[in-house]
Amino acid sequence: MTAQPALAAALERKPPPLGGFRAATVRLEVRRLLRNRRTMVFALVLPVLFFWGFGLNNSYVHQRVGHGNLSAVEMISIALYGAVSATATCGAMVSIERAAGWSRQLRVTPLSSTAYIVIKMLTSLVLAAGSVFAVYLIGAVTNKVSMPADLWVITGLCVWIGSLLFAAFGLFIGYLLPSENVTQIIALALTLCSFAAGLFIPLSQFSPGLQTFAKFTPLYGLSQLVHYPLVGGTLQWGWIVNLAVWLALFVTGATWRLRHDTARV
Amino acid sequence: MTVRMARDGAEAAGVPGPRDGAPLPLAVDLRGVHKSFGPVQAVRGVALAIGSGEVMAFLGPNGAGKTSTIDMILGLSRPDAGAVEVYGMAPRQAVRKGLVSAVMQAGGLLKDLTVAETAQYTASLFAVSRPVGEVLERAGISAIGGRLVGKCSGGEQQRLRFAMALIPDPELLILDEPTQGMDVEGRRGFWKAIRDDAALGRTIVFATHYLEEADAYADRIVLISKGQIVADGTAAEVKGLASGRTIRATLPGADAAGLRAMPGVEGVEVRGDTVLIHSGDTDAVARWLLTQTPARDLEITSRGLEDAFIALTGDGAASPSGPSGPSGPARAAT
Repeated sequence: MTAQPALAAALERKPPPLGGFRAATVRLEVRRLLRNRRTMVFALVLPVLFFWGFGLNNSYVHQRVGHGNLSAVEMISIALYGAVSATATCGAMVSIERAAGWSRQLRVTPLSSTAYIVIKMLTSLVLAAGSVFAVYLIGAVTNKVSMPADLWVITGLCVWIGSLLFAAFGLFIGYLLPSENVTQIIALALTLCSFAAGLFIPLSQFSPGLQTFAKFTPLYGLSQLVHYPLVGGTLQWGWIVNLAVWLALFVTGATWRLRHDTARV
Repeated sequence: MTVRMARDGAEAAGVPGPRDGAPLPLAVDLRGVHKSFGPVQAVRGVALAIGSGEVMAFLGPNGAGKTSTIDMILGLSRPDAGAVEVYGMAPRQAVRKGLVSAVMQAGGLLKDLTVAETAQYTASLFAVSRPVGEVLERAGISAIGGRLVGKCSGGEQQRLRFAMALIPDPELLILDEPTQGMDVEGRRGFWKAIRDDAALGRTIVFATHYLEEADAYADRIVLISKGQIVADGTAAEVKGLASGRTIRATLPGADAAGLRAMPGVEGVEVRGDTVLIHSGDTDAVARWLLTQTPARDLEITSRGLEDAFIALTGDGAASPSGPSGPSGPARAAT
Protein backbone atom coordinates (compact mmCIF):
# COMPACT_ATOMS: atom_id res chain seq x y z
CA MET A 1 0.00 0.00 0.00
CA THR A 2 1.16 3.49 -0.77
CA ALA A 3 0.22 4.59 2.72
CA GLN A 4 3.26 2.95 4.30
CA PRO A 5 6.02 5.31 3.03
CA ALA A 6 3.65 8.22 3.72
CA LEU A 7 3.24 6.99 7.28
CA ALA A 8 6.98 6.62 7.74
CA ALA A 9 7.38 10.23 6.61
CA ALA A 10 4.56 11.40 8.87
CA LEU A 11 6.19 9.80 11.90
CA GLU A 12 9.19 12.07 11.32
CA ARG A 13 7.06 15.19 11.80
CA LYS A 14 8.14 17.67 14.44
CA PRO A 15 5.85 19.32 16.98
CA PRO A 16 5.54 23.10 16.56
CA PRO A 17 8.03 25.26 18.48
CA LEU A 18 6.99 27.28 21.58
CA GLY A 19 4.19 24.87 22.46
CA GLY A 20 2.19 25.95 19.41
CA PHE A 21 2.32 29.66 20.18
CA ARG A 22 2.08 31.92 17.16
CA ALA A 23 1.24 35.60 16.60
CA ALA A 24 -1.50 34.63 14.13
CA THR A 25 -3.47 33.07 17.00
CA VAL A 26 -3.29 36.30 19.00
CA ARG A 27 -4.53 38.22 15.96
CA LEU A 28 -7.58 35.96 15.71
CA GLU A 29 -8.23 36.29 19.45
CA VAL A 30 -8.13 40.08 19.16
CA ARG A 31 -10.52 40.03 16.23
CA ARG A 32 -12.86 37.88 18.30
CA LEU A 33 -12.59 40.29 21.20
CA LEU A 34 -13.52 43.28 19.06
CA ARG A 35 -16.78 41.50 18.27
CA ASN A 36 -17.67 41.17 21.93
CA ARG A 37 -19.72 44.27 22.76
CA ARG A 38 -19.89 43.71 26.49
CA THR A 39 -16.11 43.52 26.77
CA MET A 40 -15.70 46.65 24.68
CA VAL A 41 -18.10 48.53 26.97
CA PHE A 42 -16.25 47.45 30.11
CA ALA A 43 -12.81 48.09 28.73
CA LEU A 44 -13.27 51.19 26.56
CA VAL A 45 -16.60 52.96 26.90
CA LEU A 46 -17.06 52.94 30.69
CA PRO A 47 -13.55 54.20 31.53
CA VAL A 48 -13.90 57.05 29.05
CA LEU A 49 -17.29 58.03 30.52
CA PHE A 50 -15.97 57.76 34.09
CA PHE A 51 -13.00 59.95 33.25
CA TRP A 52 -15.31 62.50 31.73
CA GLY A 53 -17.47 62.48 34.85
CA PHE A 54 -14.92 62.20 37.66
CA GLY A 55 -11.77 63.64 36.23
CA LEU A 56 -12.54 66.52 33.94
CA ASN A 57 -15.67 68.34 34.95
CA ASN A 58 -14.96 69.28 38.53
CA SER A 59 -13.91 72.65 39.87
CA TYR A 60 -10.76 71.36 41.60
CA VAL A 61 -9.23 69.55 38.59
CA HIS A 62 -6.54 72.18 38.09
CA GLN A 63 -5.22 71.76 41.63
CA ARG A 64 -1.47 70.99 41.47
CA VAL A 65 -0.32 67.53 42.54
CA GLY A 66 3.35 66.49 42.33
CA HIS A 67 4.58 67.11 38.78
CA GLY A 68 1.10 67.66 37.37
CA ASN A 69 -2.48 68.39 38.34
CA LEU A 70 -5.41 66.47 39.80
CA SER A 71 -6.77 65.73 36.32
CA ALA A 72 -3.56 63.83 35.58
CA VAL A 73 -4.03 61.79 38.76
CA GLU A 74 -7.60 61.03 37.73
CA MET A 75 -6.51 60.11 34.22
CA ILE A 76 -4.02 57.56 35.53
CA SER A 77 -6.63 56.22 37.98
CA ILE A 78 -9.29 55.71 35.34
CA ALA A 79 -6.80 54.33 32.81
CA LEU A 80 -5.80 51.78 35.46
CA TYR A 81 -9.44 50.93 36.09
CA GLY A 82 -10.02 50.47 32.35
CA ALA A 83 -6.86 48.45 31.82
CA VAL A 84 -7.57 46.02 34.66
CA SER A 85 -11.18 45.68 33.47
CA ALA A 86 -9.80 44.76 30.06
CA THR A 87 -7.30 42.19 31.30
CA ALA A 88 -9.65 40.68 33.89
CA THR A 89 -12.55 40.21 31.47
CA CYS A 90 -10.17 38.78 28.86
CA GLY A 91 -8.74 36.37 31.40
CA ALA A 92 -12.20 35.38 32.55
CA MET A 93 -13.15 34.42 28.99
CA VAL A 94 -11.52 31.06 29.70
CA SER A 95 -14.66 30.35 31.68
CA ILE A 96 -16.81 30.69 28.55
CA GLU A 97 -14.28 28.69 26.54
CA ARG A 98 -14.32 25.89 29.05
CA ALA A 99 -18.11 25.79 29.07
CA ALA A 100 -18.14 25.68 25.25
CA GLY A 101 -15.72 22.74 25.22
CA TRP A 102 -13.16 24.85 23.37
CA SER A 103 -10.46 24.24 25.99
CA ARG A 104 -10.97 20.52 25.50
CA GLN A 105 -10.83 20.91 21.73
CA LEU A 106 -7.53 22.79 22.08
CA ARG A 107 -6.13 19.86 24.00
CA VAL A 108 -6.23 17.71 20.87
CA THR A 109 -3.92 20.25 19.21
CA PRO A 110 -0.22 20.83 19.93
CA LEU A 111 -1.03 23.98 21.93
CA SER A 112 0.44 23.73 25.43
CA SER A 113 -1.39 25.21 28.41
CA THR A 114 1.48 27.64 28.92
CA ALA A 115 1.22 28.84 25.32
CA TYR A 116 -2.55 29.18 25.76
CA ILE A 117 -2.08 31.36 28.87
CA VAL A 118 0.51 33.47 27.03
CA ILE A 119 -1.96 33.98 24.15
CA LYS A 120 -4.64 35.05 26.66
CA MET A 121 -2.21 37.44 28.40
CA LEU A 122 -1.10 39.05 25.14
CA THR A 123 -4.68 39.40 23.91
CA SER A 124 -5.68 41.06 27.17
CA LEU A 125 -2.67 43.38 26.84
CA VAL A 126 -3.86 44.48 23.40
CA LEU A 127 -7.26 45.40 24.83
CA ALA A 128 -5.67 47.05 27.87
CA ALA A 129 -3.52 49.14 25.52
CA GLY A 130 -6.68 50.28 23.77
CA SER A 131 -8.23 51.19 27.10
CA VAL A 132 -5.20 53.21 28.31
CA PHE A 133 -4.91 54.88 24.92
CA ALA A 134 -8.60 55.88 24.86
CA VAL A 135 -8.46 57.47 28.33
CA TYR A 136 -5.14 59.23 27.65
CA LEU A 137 -6.47 60.45 24.31
CA ILE A 138 -9.47 62.06 26.03
CA GLY A 139 -7.05 63.54 28.56
CA ALA A 140 -4.94 64.99 25.75
CA VAL A 141 -7.71 66.44 23.59
CA THR A 142 -9.64 68.07 26.47
CA ASN A 143 -6.51 69.97 27.45
CA LYS A 144 -7.19 69.84 31.20
CA VAL A 145 -4.51 67.32 32.12
CA SER A 146 -1.17 68.85 33.02
CA MET A 147 1.81 66.51 33.23
CA PRO A 148 5.32 66.53 31.67
CA ALA A 149 5.45 64.67 28.33
CA ASP A 150 7.74 61.88 29.55
CA LEU A 151 5.34 61.13 32.40
CA TRP A 152 2.50 60.53 29.95
CA VAL A 153 4.59 57.76 28.46
CA ILE A 154 5.97 56.40 31.72
CA THR A 155 2.67 56.29 33.61
CA GLY A 156 0.87 54.93 30.56
CA LEU A 157 3.36 52.07 30.27
CA CYS A 158 3.23 51.37 34.02
CA VAL A 159 -0.58 51.13 33.94
CA TRP A 160 -0.49 48.96 30.84
CA ILE A 161 2.06 46.42 32.12
CA GLY A 162 0.66 46.55 35.67
CA SER A 163 -2.77 45.55 34.40
CA LEU A 164 -1.38 42.04 33.81
CA LEU A 165 -1.94 41.50 37.54
CA PHE A 166 -5.65 41.34 36.79
CA ALA A 167 -5.22 39.08 33.78
CA ALA A 168 -4.05 36.54 36.37
CA PHE A 169 -7.06 37.42 38.52
CA GLY A 170 -9.41 36.96 35.54
CA LEU A 171 -7.86 33.59 34.67
CA PHE A 172 -8.19 32.45 38.27
CA ILE A 173 -11.85 33.48 38.47
CA GLY A 174 -12.49 32.12 34.97
CA TYR A 175 -11.20 28.69 35.94
CA LEU A 176 -12.96 28.83 39.31
CA LEU A 177 -16.48 29.88 38.42
CA PRO A 178 -19.10 28.79 35.88
CA SER A 179 -19.51 31.01 32.86
CA GLU A 180 -23.04 32.40 33.41
CA ASN A 181 -22.18 35.00 36.00
CA VAL A 182 -18.43 35.36 35.75
CA THR A 183 -18.54 38.71 33.90
CA GLN A 184 -20.82 40.29 36.50
CA ILE A 185 -18.69 39.00 39.37
CA ILE A 186 -15.54 40.37 37.73
CA ALA A 187 -17.18 43.75 37.13
CA LEU A 188 -18.37 43.96 40.73
CA ALA A 189 -15.02 42.85 42.15
CA LEU A 190 -13.17 45.38 40.01
CA THR A 191 -15.43 48.25 41.03
CA LEU A 192 -15.01 47.43 44.72
CA CYS A 193 -11.24 47.08 44.33
CA SER A 194 -11.10 50.36 42.42
CA PHE A 195 -13.00 52.21 45.15
CA ALA A 196 -10.78 50.67 47.81
CA ALA A 197 -7.67 51.72 45.89
CA GLY A 198 -8.93 55.29 45.66
CA LEU A 199 -9.33 55.26 41.89
CA PHE A 200 -12.74 56.92 41.97
CA ILE A 201 -12.67 58.91 45.24
CA PRO A 202 -9.43 59.95 46.98
CA LEU A 203 -8.63 57.65 49.92
CA SER A 204 -8.18 60.69 52.17
CA GLN A 205 -11.96 61.07 52.17
CA PHE A 206 -12.41 57.59 53.73
CA SER A 207 -12.63 57.00 57.48
CA PRO A 208 -9.29 56.03 59.09
CA GLY A 209 -10.47 52.44 59.55
CA LEU A 210 -11.40 52.11 55.88
CA GLN A 211 -8.12 53.69 54.85
CA THR A 212 -6.22 51.01 56.76
CA PHE A 213 -8.36 48.27 55.25
CA ALA A 214 -7.85 49.70 51.74
CA LYS A 215 -4.09 49.17 52.04
CA PHE A 216 -4.63 45.40 51.88
CA THR A 217 -6.89 45.32 48.80
CA PRO A 218 -5.55 44.04 45.44
CA LEU A 219 -5.42 47.28 43.46
CA TYR A 220 -3.93 49.44 46.22
CA GLY A 221 -0.25 48.68 45.70
CA LEU A 222 -0.49 48.82 41.91
CA SER A 223 -2.42 52.10 42.04
CA GLN A 224 0.13 53.77 44.33
CA LEU A 225 3.00 52.55 42.14
CA VAL A 226 1.57 53.75 38.81
CA HIS A 227 0.81 57.17 40.35
CA TYR A 228 4.23 57.42 41.93
CA PRO A 229 6.08 58.90 38.90
CA LEU A 230 3.56 61.77 38.86
CA VAL A 231 2.86 62.26 42.58
CA GLY A 232 6.42 61.74 43.86
CA GLY A 233 7.17 61.56 47.56
CA THR A 234 8.60 58.45 49.20
CA LEU A 235 8.30 55.06 47.60
CA GLN A 236 6.78 52.74 50.21
CA TRP A 237 7.75 49.10 50.46
CA GLY A 238 4.19 48.28 51.48
CA TRP A 239 3.00 49.02 47.93
CA ILE A 240 5.47 46.59 46.41
CA VAL A 241 4.64 43.95 49.03
CA ASN A 242 0.89 44.42 48.32
CA LEU A 243 1.45 44.00 44.57
CA ALA A 244 3.78 41.02 44.99
CA VAL A 245 1.48 39.19 47.40
CA TRP A 246 -1.64 39.62 45.26
CA LEU A 247 0.24 38.69 42.09
CA ALA A 248 1.55 35.55 43.79
CA LEU A 249 -1.96 34.71 45.02
CA PHE A 250 -3.62 35.14 41.61
CA VAL A 251 -0.91 33.29 39.71
CA THR A 252 -0.92 30.43 42.23
CA GLY A 253 -4.71 30.29 42.14
CA ALA A 254 -4.85 30.29 38.34
CA THR A 255 -2.12 27.63 38.09
CA TRP A 256 -3.84 25.48 40.69
CA ARG A 257 -7.21 25.65 38.87
CA LEU A 258 -5.55 25.08 35.49
CA ARG A 259 -3.82 21.93 36.78
CA HIS A 260 -7.09 20.74 38.28
CA ASP A 261 -8.83 21.41 34.99
CA THR A 262 -6.30 19.53 32.89
CA ALA A 263 -6.48 16.53 35.16
CA ARG A 264 -10.26 16.43 35.11
CA VAL A 265 -11.30 17.05 31.50
CA MET B 1 -12.46 -8.00 1.08
CA THR B 2 -11.19 -4.66 2.13
CA VAL B 3 -11.20 -5.77 5.72
CA ARG B 4 -8.72 -8.50 5.10
CA MET B 5 -6.47 -6.14 3.21
CA ALA B 6 -6.59 -3.63 5.99
CA ARG B 7 -5.94 -6.31 8.56
CA ASP B 8 -3.03 -7.70 6.54
CA GLY B 9 -1.70 -4.18 6.32
CA ALA B 10 -1.87 -3.96 10.07
CA GLU B 11 0.09 -7.13 10.46
CA ALA B 12 2.60 -6.05 7.87
CA ALA B 13 3.09 -2.97 9.98
CA GLY B 14 4.46 -5.18 12.69
CA VAL B 15 7.26 -6.66 10.58
CA PRO B 16 10.40 -4.74 9.68
CA GLY B 17 9.82 -2.28 6.86
CA PRO B 18 11.84 -2.49 3.66
CA ARG B 19 13.25 1.01 3.87
CA ASP B 20 15.24 1.35 7.03
CA GLY B 21 14.66 -1.90 8.86
CA ALA B 22 12.60 -0.20 11.56
CA PRO B 23 9.10 -1.62 12.02
CA LEU B 24 6.21 0.76 11.45
CA PRO B 25 4.18 0.90 14.63
CA LEU B 26 0.47 0.25 15.07
CA ALA B 27 -1.82 3.25 14.80
CA VAL B 28 -3.26 2.48 18.22
CA ASP B 29 -2.05 -0.02 20.77
CA LEU B 30 -4.03 -0.41 23.99
CA ARG B 31 -2.82 -3.03 26.44
CA GLY B 32 -4.73 -3.97 29.59
CA VAL B 33 -6.22 -0.52 29.95
CA HIS B 34 -8.30 0.29 33.02
CA LYS B 35 -9.95 3.59 33.87
CA SER B 36 -12.23 4.43 36.77
CA PHE B 37 -14.05 7.59 37.72
CA GLY B 38 -14.58 7.36 41.44
CA PRO B 39 -16.51 4.14 42.04
CA VAL B 40 -17.45 3.77 38.34
CA GLN B 41 -15.22 1.43 36.37
CA ALA B 42 -15.55 2.93 32.88
CA VAL B 43 -12.91 0.80 31.15
CA ARG B 44 -12.04 -2.64 32.47
CA GLY B 45 -9.06 -4.24 30.80
CA VAL B 46 -9.29 -3.19 27.16
CA ALA B 47 -6.67 -4.52 24.76
CA LEU B 48 -6.97 -3.22 21.23
CA ALA B 49 -4.57 -3.02 18.30
CA ILE B 50 -5.54 -0.87 15.33
CA GLY B 51 -3.40 -1.11 12.22
CA SER B 52 -2.65 1.59 9.72
CA GLY B 53 -5.38 2.08 7.13
CA GLU B 54 -8.20 0.44 9.05
CA VAL B 55 -11.65 1.95 9.24
CA MET B 56 -12.90 0.79 12.59
CA ALA B 57 -16.23 1.32 14.30
CA PHE B 58 -16.28 1.42 18.04
CA LEU B 59 -19.77 0.28 18.85
CA GLY B 60 -21.54 0.11 22.16
CA PRO B 61 -24.44 1.43 24.17
CA ASN B 62 -24.23 4.75 25.99
CA GLY B 63 -21.93 4.47 28.97
CA ALA B 64 -20.13 1.42 27.60
CA GLY B 65 -16.74 3.12 27.84
CA LYS B 66 -16.31 4.34 24.24
CA THR B 67 -15.60 7.97 25.05
CA SER B 68 -13.41 7.07 28.02
CA THR B 69 -11.30 4.87 25.75
CA ILE B 70 -11.12 7.52 23.04
CA ASP B 71 -10.08 10.14 25.61
CA MET B 72 -7.13 7.96 26.54
CA ILE B 73 -6.15 7.47 22.88
CA LEU B 74 -6.19 11.25 22.47
CA GLY B 75 -4.21 11.82 25.65
CA LEU B 76 -7.08 13.69 27.28
CA SER B 77 -6.91 11.31 30.21
CA ARG B 78 -4.50 8.71 31.48
CA PRO B 79 -5.32 5.08 32.18
CA ASP B 80 -5.24 3.95 35.81
CA ALA B 81 -3.48 0.81 34.65
CA GLY B 82 -2.21 -0.50 31.33
CA ALA B 83 -0.50 1.18 28.39
CA VAL B 84 -1.72 3.39 25.56
CA GLU B 85 0.45 4.03 22.53
CA VAL B 86 -0.36 5.89 19.33
CA TYR B 87 2.09 5.21 16.52
CA GLY B 88 4.48 3.82 19.12
CA MET B 89 4.56 7.01 21.18
CA ALA B 90 2.66 8.63 24.03
CA PRO B 91 -0.73 9.93 22.83
CA ARG B 92 0.07 13.54 23.69
CA GLN B 93 3.26 13.36 21.61
CA ALA B 94 1.29 11.98 18.63
CA VAL B 95 -1.16 14.87 19.00
CA ARG B 96 1.69 17.39 19.14
CA LYS B 97 3.13 15.97 15.93
CA GLY B 98 -0.26 16.24 14.24
CA LEU B 99 -0.46 12.47 13.70
CA VAL B 100 -3.85 12.13 15.33
CA SER B 101 -6.84 14.44 15.46
CA ALA B 102 -10.44 14.11 16.47
CA VAL B 103 -13.99 15.17 15.78
CA MET B 104 -15.47 15.52 19.23
CA GLN B 105 -19.02 14.70 20.24
CA ALA B 106 -20.41 18.18 20.84
CA GLY B 107 -19.22 21.66 21.70
CA GLY B 108 -15.61 22.49 21.05
CA LEU B 109 -16.46 25.56 18.99
CA LEU B 110 -16.51 29.28 19.69
CA LYS B 111 -19.70 31.02 18.63
CA ASP B 112 -18.04 34.38 18.04
CA LEU B 113 -15.55 33.13 15.44
CA THR B 114 -16.51 32.59 11.82
CA VAL B 115 -16.17 29.19 10.18
CA ALA B 116 -13.01 30.20 8.31
CA GLU B 117 -11.51 31.88 11.39
CA THR B 118 -12.07 28.72 13.44
CA ALA B 119 -10.17 26.73 10.83
CA GLN B 120 -7.43 29.38 10.69
CA TYR B 121 -7.18 29.33 14.46
CA THR B 122 -6.72 25.56 14.43
CA ALA B 123 -4.21 25.79 11.58
CA SER B 124 -2.17 28.34 13.51
CA LEU B 125 -1.55 25.79 16.27
CA PHE B 126 0.09 23.09 14.16
CA ALA B 127 3.63 22.94 12.81
CA VAL B 128 2.39 21.96 9.35
CA SER B 129 -1.18 22.34 8.18
CA ARG B 130 -3.24 21.90 5.05
CA PRO B 131 -4.58 25.12 3.51
CA VAL B 132 -7.77 26.26 5.22
CA GLY B 133 -9.60 26.67 1.89
CA GLU B 134 -8.82 23.07 0.99
CA VAL B 135 -10.14 21.52 4.22
CA LEU B 136 -13.30 23.64 4.12
CA GLU B 137 -13.80 22.46 0.57
CA ARG B 138 -13.29 18.84 1.58
CA ALA B 139 -15.77 19.18 4.43
CA GLY B 140 -18.25 20.84 2.09
CA ILE B 141 -18.49 24.16 3.95
CA SER B 142 -16.36 26.48 1.80
CA ALA B 143 -19.50 28.45 0.92
CA ILE B 144 -20.14 29.46 4.54
CA GLY B 145 -16.58 30.40 5.53
CA GLY B 146 -17.65 33.92 6.56
CA ARG B 147 -20.56 32.79 8.73
CA LEU B 148 -20.36 33.03 12.52
CA VAL B 149 -20.21 29.59 14.10
CA GLY B 150 -23.12 30.51 16.38
CA LYS B 151 -25.31 30.94 13.30
CA CYS B 152 -24.45 27.54 11.78
CA SER B 153 -26.75 24.52 11.93
CA GLY B 154 -25.75 21.40 13.85
CA GLY B 155 -24.74 19.66 10.64
CA GLU B 156 -22.63 22.62 9.51
CA GLN B 157 -20.92 22.75 12.89
CA GLN B 158 -20.17 19.07 12.66
CA ARG B 159 -18.64 19.55 9.22
CA LEU B 160 -16.55 22.34 10.68
CA ARG B 161 -15.29 19.97 13.38
CA PHE B 162 -14.41 17.55 10.61
CA ALA B 163 -12.58 20.29 8.69
CA MET B 164 -10.65 21.21 11.85
CA ALA B 165 -9.67 17.57 12.34
CA LEU B 166 -8.34 17.43 8.77
CA ILE B 167 -6.10 20.47 9.19
CA PRO B 168 -2.98 18.68 10.46
CA ASP B 169 -3.46 16.00 7.75
CA PRO B 170 -3.52 13.33 10.49
CA GLU B 171 -2.63 9.69 9.94
CA LEU B 172 -5.33 8.73 12.43
CA LEU B 173 -8.70 10.43 12.60
CA ILE B 174 -10.97 9.72 15.56
CA LEU B 175 -14.65 10.58 15.45
CA ASP B 176 -16.73 10.37 18.60
CA GLU B 177 -20.44 9.97 17.75
CA PRO B 178 -19.89 12.14 14.66
CA THR B 179 -23.44 12.19 13.31
CA GLN B 180 -25.39 12.52 16.53
CA GLY B 181 -28.24 14.93 16.01
CA MET B 182 -27.83 15.08 12.22
CA ASP B 183 -30.70 14.28 9.87
CA VAL B 184 -30.52 11.37 7.44
CA GLU B 185 -29.43 13.53 4.52
CA GLY B 186 -26.74 15.26 6.55
CA ARG B 187 -25.53 11.94 7.88
CA ARG B 188 -25.21 10.46 4.41
CA GLY B 189 -23.29 13.49 3.13
CA PHE B 190 -21.05 13.45 6.16
CA TRP B 191 -20.17 9.81 5.72
CA LYS B 192 -19.47 10.29 2.04
CA ALA B 193 -16.89 12.93 2.96
CA ILE B 194 -15.37 10.58 5.54
CA ARG B 195 -15.24 7.62 3.13
CA ASP B 196 -13.65 9.75 0.40
CA ASP B 197 -11.05 10.74 2.91
CA ALA B 198 -10.45 7.18 4.10
CA ALA B 199 -9.79 6.18 0.50
CA LEU B 200 -6.60 8.23 0.75
CA GLY B 201 -5.25 5.75 3.28
CA ARG B 202 -6.11 7.48 6.53
CA THR B 203 -6.83 5.32 9.56
CA ILE B 204 -10.28 6.07 10.90
CA VAL B 205 -11.80 5.12 14.23
CA PHE B 206 -15.34 6.18 14.94
CA ALA B 207 -17.51 5.62 17.95
CA THR B 208 -21.21 5.28 17.35
CA HIS B 209 -24.32 3.71 18.66
CA TYR B 210 -25.95 3.78 15.24
CA LEU B 211 -25.62 0.19 14.14
CA GLU B 212 -26.33 0.89 10.50
CA GLU B 213 -23.40 3.32 10.38
CA ALA B 214 -21.04 0.74 11.77
CA ASP B 215 -22.41 -1.84 9.35
CA ALA B 216 -22.21 0.42 6.31
CA TYR B 217 -18.97 2.31 6.82
CA ALA B 218 -16.59 0.25 8.94
CA ASP B 219 -14.27 -2.52 7.82
CA ARG B 220 -13.93 -3.67 11.38
CA ILE B 221 -16.34 -3.48 14.29
CA VAL B 222 -15.25 -3.54 17.90
CA LEU B 223 -18.14 -4.00 20.26
CA ILE B 224 -17.70 -2.67 23.76
CA SER B 225 -19.97 -3.23 26.72
CA LYS B 226 -19.54 -2.33 30.37
CA GLY B 227 -15.96 -1.30 29.79
CA GLN B 228 -14.89 -4.49 28.05
CA ILE B 229 -14.51 -5.54 24.43
CA VAL B 230 -17.08 -8.24 23.75
CA ALA B 231 -16.61 -8.71 20.01
CA ASP B 232 -14.10 -7.75 17.36
CA GLY B 233 -14.29 -8.52 13.65
CA THR B 234 -15.95 -7.60 10.38
CA ALA B 235 -19.64 -6.74 10.42
CA ALA B 236 -20.41 -10.23 9.10
CA GLU B 237 -18.29 -11.87 11.74
CA VAL B 238 -19.82 -9.88 14.55
CA LYS B 239 -23.32 -10.70 13.30
CA GLY B 240 -22.32 -14.35 13.22
CA LEU B 241 -21.40 -14.24 16.90
CA ALA B 242 -25.03 -14.00 17.78
CA SER B 243 -26.36 -17.48 17.11
CA GLY B 244 -30.00 -18.36 17.01
CA ARG B 245 -32.92 -16.18 16.10
CA THR B 246 -35.11 -13.47 17.50
CA ILE B 247 -38.79 -13.58 18.34
CA ARG B 248 -40.73 -10.37 18.43
CA ALA B 249 -44.21 -10.54 19.93
CA THR B 250 -46.87 -8.29 21.36
CA LEU B 251 -47.30 -9.36 24.95
CA PRO B 252 -48.51 -6.79 27.47
CA GLY B 253 -47.00 -7.34 30.90
CA ALA B 254 -44.48 -9.90 29.70
CA ASP B 255 -42.73 -11.85 32.44
CA ALA B 256 -39.13 -11.12 31.40
CA ALA B 257 -37.58 -13.12 34.22
CA GLY B 258 -39.71 -16.15 33.41
CA LEU B 259 -38.82 -15.96 29.73
CA ARG B 260 -35.13 -15.58 30.52
CA ALA B 261 -35.26 -18.80 32.53
CA MET B 262 -36.43 -20.84 29.52
CA PRO B 263 -33.87 -23.19 27.98
CA GLY B 264 -31.93 -21.65 25.09
CA VAL B 265 -32.98 -18.08 25.80
CA GLU B 266 -30.04 -15.69 25.61
CA GLY B 267 -31.69 -12.37 26.07
CA VAL B 268 -35.05 -10.76 26.70
CA GLU B 269 -35.91 -7.19 26.06
CA VAL B 270 -39.24 -5.57 26.86
CA ARG B 271 -40.15 -2.45 24.92
CA GLY B 272 -43.57 -1.35 26.06
CA ASP B 273 -46.01 -4.06 24.99
CA THR B 274 -43.45 -5.61 22.67
CA VAL B 275 -41.09 -8.29 23.81
CA LEU B 276 -37.92 -9.37 22.01
CA ILE B 277 -36.52 -12.77 22.83
CA HIS B 278 -33.19 -14.03 21.55
CA SER B 279 -32.88 -17.75 21.69
CA GLY B 280 -31.07 -20.74 20.28
CA ASP B 281 -34.39 -22.57 20.27
CA THR B 282 -36.98 -20.10 19.06
CA ASP B 283 -39.44 -22.83 18.13
CA ALA B 284 -39.86 -23.88 21.75
CA VAL B 285 -40.30 -20.28 22.88
CA ALA B 286 -42.83 -19.60 20.12
CA ARG B 287 -44.81 -22.69 20.99
CA TRP B 288 -44.91 -21.69 24.64
CA LEU B 289 -45.84 -18.08 23.86
CA LEU B 290 -48.73 -19.06 21.61
CA THR B 291 -50.12 -21.73 23.86
CA GLN B 292 -49.45 -20.45 27.37
CA THR B 293 -49.68 -16.68 27.01
CA PRO B 294 -51.87 -14.11 25.20
CA ALA B 295 -48.90 -13.21 22.96
CA ARG B 296 -49.77 -12.25 19.38
CA ASP B 297 -48.17 -10.80 16.21
CA LEU B 298 -45.23 -13.19 16.44
CA GLU B 299 -42.27 -12.59 14.14
CA ILE B 300 -39.23 -14.83 14.03
CA THR B 301 -36.14 -13.43 12.32
CA SER B 302 -32.55 -14.49 12.02
CA ARG B 303 -30.13 -12.09 13.52
CA GLY B 304 -28.69 -8.88 12.20
CA LEU B 305 -26.10 -6.64 13.72
CA GLU B 306 -28.70 -5.26 16.08
CA ASP B 307 -29.31 -8.66 17.57
CA ALA B 308 -25.64 -9.33 17.92
CA PHE B 309 -25.43 -5.98 19.63
CA ILE B 310 -28.24 -6.80 22.02
CA ALA B 311 -27.05 -10.33 22.65
CA LEU B 312 -23.50 -9.21 23.35
CA THR B 313 -24.16 -6.03 25.26
CA GLY B 314 -27.54 -6.58 26.88
CA ASP B 315 -28.33 -7.57 30.44
CA GLY B 316 -28.28 -11.25 29.65
CA ALA B 317 -24.89 -11.03 27.96
CA ALA B 318 -22.04 -12.96 29.49
CA SER B 319 -18.71 -11.26 30.03
CA PRO B 320 -16.28 -11.39 27.12
CA SER B 321 -16.85 -14.45 25.04
CA GLY B 322 -16.42 -15.50 21.47
CA PRO B 323 -14.61 -17.79 19.08
CA SER B 324 -11.18 -17.10 20.50
CA GLY B 325 -12.25 -18.57 23.81
CA PRO B 326 -11.93 -17.40 27.38
CA SER B 327 -8.59 -15.67 26.88
CA GLY B 328 -10.14 -12.63 25.28
CA PRO B 329 -12.83 -11.15 23.14
CA ALA B 330 -13.89 -12.53 19.80
CA ARG B 331 -11.08 -11.76 17.41
CA ALA B 332 -11.70 -12.63 13.81
CA ALA B 333 -8.10 -12.44 12.71
CA THR B 334 -5.13 -12.89 14.95
